[in-house]
Amino acid sequence: MAKLQDKVAIITGGVSGIGAETARLFVKEGAKVVLVDWNDQNAKSFVDELTGQGGEAIFVKADVASEEDVANVYKETIDTFGKVDILFNNAGIGAVKPTEKLTYAEYRKTVSVDLDGTFLVAQLAIKEMLKTGGGVIVNTASMYGWVGSPGSAAYNAAKGGVINLTRSLGLEYATRNIRVNALCPGYIDTPIIPEDYKQTLRDVTPMKRLGTSEEMAKAVLFLASDDSSFMTGNTLTVDGGFTAQ
Amino acid sequence: MSKRFDEQVVIITGAGSGLGEAAALQIAKEGAKLTLVDLNTEGLEKTKEKILKVAPEAEVLLVTANVANEKEVKNYVDKTVEIFGRIDGFFNNAGIEGKQNLTEDFGSEEFDRVISVNLNGVFYGMQYVLKVMRKQGSGSILNCASVGGIRGVGNQSGYSASKHGVIGLTRNSAIEYGQYGININAIAPGAIMTAMVEGSLKQMGGDNWEEVGKEFVKPNPMKRFGRPEEVGYLVAFLLSNEATFINATVVPIDGGQSYKY
Ligand SMILES: NC(=O)c1ccc[n+]([C@@H]2O[C@H](COP(=O)([O-])OP(=O)(O)OC[C@H]3O[C@@H](n4cnc5c(N)ncnc54)[C@H](O)[C@@H]3O)[C@@H](O)[C@H]2O)c1
Ligand SMILES: NC(=O)c1ccc[n+]([C@@H]2O[C@H](COP(=O)([O-])OP(=O)(O)OC[C@H]3O[C@@H](n4cnc5c(N)ncnc54)[C@H](O)[C@@H]3O)[C@@H](O)[C@H]2O)c1
Repeated sequence: MAKLQDKVAIITGGVSGIGAETARLFVKEGAKVVLVDWNDQNAKSFVDELTGQGGEAIFVKADVASEEDVANVYKETIDTFGKVDILFNNAGIGAVKPTEKLTYAEYRKTVSVDLDGTFLVAQLAIKEMLKTGGGVIVNTASMYGWVGSPGSAAYNAAKGGVINLTRSLGLEYATRNIRVNALCPGYIDTPIIPEDYKQTLRDVTPMKRLGTSEEMAKAVLFLASDDSSFMTGNTLTVDGGFTAQ
Repeated sequence: MSKRFDEQVVIITGAGSGLGEAAALQIAKEGAKLTLVDLNTEGLEKTKEKILKVAPEAEVLLVTANVANEKEVKNYVDKTVEIFGRIDGFFNNAGIEGKQNLTEDFGSEEFDRVISVNLNGVFYGMQYVLKVMRKQGSGSILNCASVGGIRGVGNQSGYSASKHGVIGLTRNSAIEYGQYGININAIAPGAIMTAMVEGSLKQMGGDNWEEVGKEFVKPNPMKRFGRPEEVGYLVAFLLSNEATFINATVVPIDGGQSYKY
């Protein structure tokens, strides 16, 4: 049996990396998907790929840090599919730069996408889910929400924020049938990681390899489906053992 | 349709009741061959009956063993390899709660008893199973810790020490074995309605235990006990090929309770 039959899922950062692979798996499991991204470069061909396999999918261009854009995402979703059952709140940016060289504008940019954007998109999802009686939110945090690293102050602060945002929302809606959990990826083989840096990251991961987007998608499916019905305010760390070191 | 555990061999300890039984049912439905281990032979037979109802073709080996006895642990591992030829998954789950009282009253005998089952038992299992998995170059181990292994609960000195120990052991060995294609994780259940929790509520409330149970779950954000099958789904996921990059983590399954202040 398909695990997400007839569910409507919004996926931010949905045309690349972890988001795109999750969209493929969600469609295979019966969901209708709304792909959200500020980059529409591959959007059309990706929507065609998903609908070509008999799935239902639309693309909405939006910056998750813009209130107006996010409101439009929900308007388009409701107009097209009538409801929101699942939010995979995944759009994110990362930038490595020594703190003494980081401008405040750069810091704000990262935090506004990675933390404020996560909040904004979740807040409107909650409003829709309260109308229909419930839903599931999966936020993409990072193992760098748990541990620190040099040169990544803004990203790490934002991702730590996403983890505690997840706990707080999970507790707030626990009796109202909205579950909120976070995925904490380790080093995953996606375009966010520069090619020439990948070997270094394999070496420092206990499993001596990078994770794959497929492996992330399967973890997201678990958190988005009824298989995790007693889990909320929780995190699932998928990092090949990195943060246990 | 292919199932997640087709052709796979999974060992589950404490399979005669509660979470072990629920995991066995789920994993059997998904195609695994199973070795079920418990002290309680009758419990094992009941679990097998239930399995054959939902998965009539399942191959199930029952081994009565005390996980606190190293020889008996070696025996259930050896038997599994003899009969099924390999080990793909191991749910290292058998455990006991022990007395509930103040630390000063707990007593060294009770402490040794709880540690010997909950911590030594888990270590013995890992030791023998890891030898097999390292040769294969693959496998998944899932240890059963508890919210009492990541938070202070009170009145459970032996239990809490043993479950914190299980988590330390999980992280240590996961770091060692990741490079051999083996992942090792732990789950931390909150209050799930099983025989163990019923017993625990009876320690607190006697005949009045059901009322005590209602009070007990009030602080839970979801205002309810978890169901064993909900843990079964999580166990199946973490032991399956869907979780291959998840290593050295501890996954609470508690309705959000361990993060509540
Ligand atoms: N790849 C890793 O190693 C790794 C590790 C930990 C966490 N993560 C997190 O996983 C998530 C997905 O990353 P990925 O690895 O798939 O990277 P990716 O770059 O392939 O995908 C991210 C997508 O998000 C989109 N995006 C970025 N900012 C946006 C905005 N403001 N509005 C709308 N869309 C926006 C991008 O255009 C891109 O399509 C991110 O939140 C990232 O921080 C990734
Ligand atoms: N139920 C919960 O709420 C909860 C919460 C946190 C952790 N846990 C853990 O989950 C595991 C399973 O607990 P449960 O709730 O299913 O309890 P349970 O009492 O229903 O089942 C435990 C099983 O383990 C067996 N067992 C006990 N000692 C053994 C030994 N020395 N050798 C072999 N088998 C032995 C018992 O016979 C029983 O069949 C335990 O490790 C427990 O600590 C349970």
